[in-house]
Amino acid sequence: MAGRRTLYDKIIDRHKVMSINHVRGPGESLLLYVDRTVLNEYTSPQAFSGLRGAGRGVWRPETALGVIDHVNSTAPVRDNRSADRGAARQMAYFIENGREFGIEIYDVLHPLQGIEHVVLPDIGWVTPGLVIAAGDSHTTTYGAFGSVGFGIGTSDIEHLLATQCLVYHRLKTMRAGVDGLLAPGVTAKDLIMALIRRIGASGASGHALEFTGEAISAMGVEERMTICNMAVECGARVALVEPDAKVRTYMAGRPRSIAPHHLDRAAALWADLRSDADARFDAEVRLDAATVAPMVTWGTSPDQAATIDGHVPDPGSLRGAEASAARQAIDYMGLVPGMALADIRVDRAFIGSCTNARLSDLRDAARVLKGRKVADGVRAIVSPGSSTVRREAEAEGLDRIFIAAGFEWRQSGCSMCLAMNDDVLAPGERCASSTNRNFEGRQGSGGRTHLMSPAMVAAAAVRGRLADVRDFGAVR
Amino acid sequence: MTVFEVVDGIAAAMPAANIDTDVIMPKVFLKGIDRSGLAAGLFHDLRFDDQGRPRPDFVLNRPDHAGARFLLVGPNFGCGSSREHAVWGLRQFGIRALIGTSFAGIFADNAANNGLLLVSLAPDRLMPLMAAAEAGPLSLEIDLTDQHIRYPGGDLHFEVDERLRHSLMSGLDRIGETLTHAERIRAFERDYLGERPWLAER
Repeated sequence: MAGRRTLYDKIIDRHKVMSINHVRGPGESLLLYVDRTVLNEYTSPQAFSGLRGAGRGVWRPETALGVIDHVNSTAPVRDNRSADRGAARQMAYFIENGREFGIEIYDVLHPLQGIEHVVLPDIGWVTPGLVIAAGDSHTTTYGAFGSVGFGIGTSDIEHLLATQCLVYHRLKTMRAGVDGLLAPGVTAKDLIMALIRRIGASGASGHALEFTGEAISAMGVEERMTICNMAVECGARVALVEPDAKVRTYMAGRPRSIAPHHLDRAAALWADLRSDADARFDAEVRLDAATVAPMVTWGTSPDQAATIDGHVPDPGSLRGAEASAARQAIDYMGLVPGMALADIRVDRAFIGSCTNARLSDLRDAARVLKGRKVADGVRAIVSPGSSTVRREAEAEGLDRIFIAAGFEWRQSGCSMCLAMNDDVLAPGERCASSTNRNFEGRQGSGGRTHLMSPAMVAAAAVRGRLADVRDFGAVR
Repeated sequence: MTVFEVVDGIAAAMPAANIDTDVIMPKVFLKGIDRSGLAAGLFHDLRFDDQGRPRPDFVLNRPDHAGARFLLVGPNFGCGSSREHAVWGLRQFGIRALIGTSFAGIFADNAANNGLLLVSLAPDRLMPLMAAAEAGPLSLEIDLTDQHIRYPGGDLHFEVDERLRHSLMSGLDRIGETLTHAERIRAFERDYLGERPWLAER
């Protein structure tokens, strides 16, 4: 076994307190030690109530951090009150739980507040080789640092808080090898959307998905976060990238970075955080990065996507379940089979979310928007991934570019990615969105979502319809 | 937690693939701080039109499917958001088990934590059941003691993880069970954090 293990299995092995069913390999049930968690106000309340009801405490409160992100307003002027009674109650209860159980909470007014999966890397709290479980499916983001991150439900949040452990089922492993390099104007978002289209919404179900290859090595850490974040949309429970020098550079100098005097010792442990050369994966998929083009979704599942020069499919040309799914999606989306994607008009443009609202994402979009205007009739908003990102963007003058183009420059939160606050699509409204899910009703009941990269959202906002960012010149 | 041994009732067919947790429990029902009131939200936008009127063609609104206890579902059921509210809503609506071909990972863990049985069958084994349910209300019995689904004209065996089966049949306190290993966890922690002192600091 030793000497031919995957990165995933190495991390799980080091966090195994004990085997429960004594199976070897995938399907092993084990007690898994969890290094850190991040809590939000909407999936955690019942976990705290459960602890109270059972008279239990939190095992190591310093390993948890709470961030308000899902229900808060992103109005330009911060206000920690909420007109929504449910949201107000969730925020108040969250703060009360933090106080009672000794867990630090970043409330709406905290200078480091933001979307949980943007905040943790922001503050330097994600380091290689950790296990991070949290009550949000996009916890897979932390794979960009070579850490095992995965989403859990509220009952397991309670379990984790009470015991620092989870009863865990070891996953199968899958490798996505990405050869070559992405072409100019093509982003990490396009790559992961192309993979999801290729293997389907459950293509990596039951697997830990490791990304390897030249394109991944060439990417910055934030691009890797986009890929690992969205890997959950093809069913991957865990996503991973081997940590390299870029990760070390990214972590340095942040508020909770590892103290310099520990770094050599930490780095010695990180040196082994890679899949062995002869490690065997349960599944493999290969992609050629050079052939990836800017992607948009046309349907209501992330795998219902095409390149921007493509067309809405004709369900008659598809088979069985795929045909009926396409028919239902096209009907919900108010589209016509065979129409060019570049002819689809949009009402709204949204740049935000834990997938694509980091500084590099805002720079990509601003490059397209500089000197241009949002089309008449399009309402465009940008919600930076965190208050830190917002400040950094303002220091570079990105806010002025967005505002001059006609975007609303908002505060941070999950916002219109899932529309739990007041950033909601009206029924029938169509949105170009840098988010991760185009499910029916995701951005508002009856709302229609087209997923794409932040630069592609900017292009769509300017054109008033879905557009190819490569026609705008200003691409990397 | 209600224990699951032998349960019978009507099975409703929802064969579409990739039914996500946003559809199972829309966001407007996620603003609580307890688990209550979620039956009203279950499949809300499929059950009700934009005026709040029941859609008569939706399977769970049909009078002959009233009180359905099982859903026969398409592949990758429960994908998307981690919201456990989806499982709480199914349970509060009266659903005791889902029979499908595959379930999303977080959803499956949430189901296990709430006594909702998920039965995975190969597509060719699910097909006759699905066809029968789509033709009209199908009564069936799930016997977890011997792992059989029985229905008029059929009887099939299913596999389920033995520990999960035991937990569904006895309603174990999972946290309490882990805490019986507290000494093992402490010992692990001393060794692990000793090697990584930076993780022991705030």
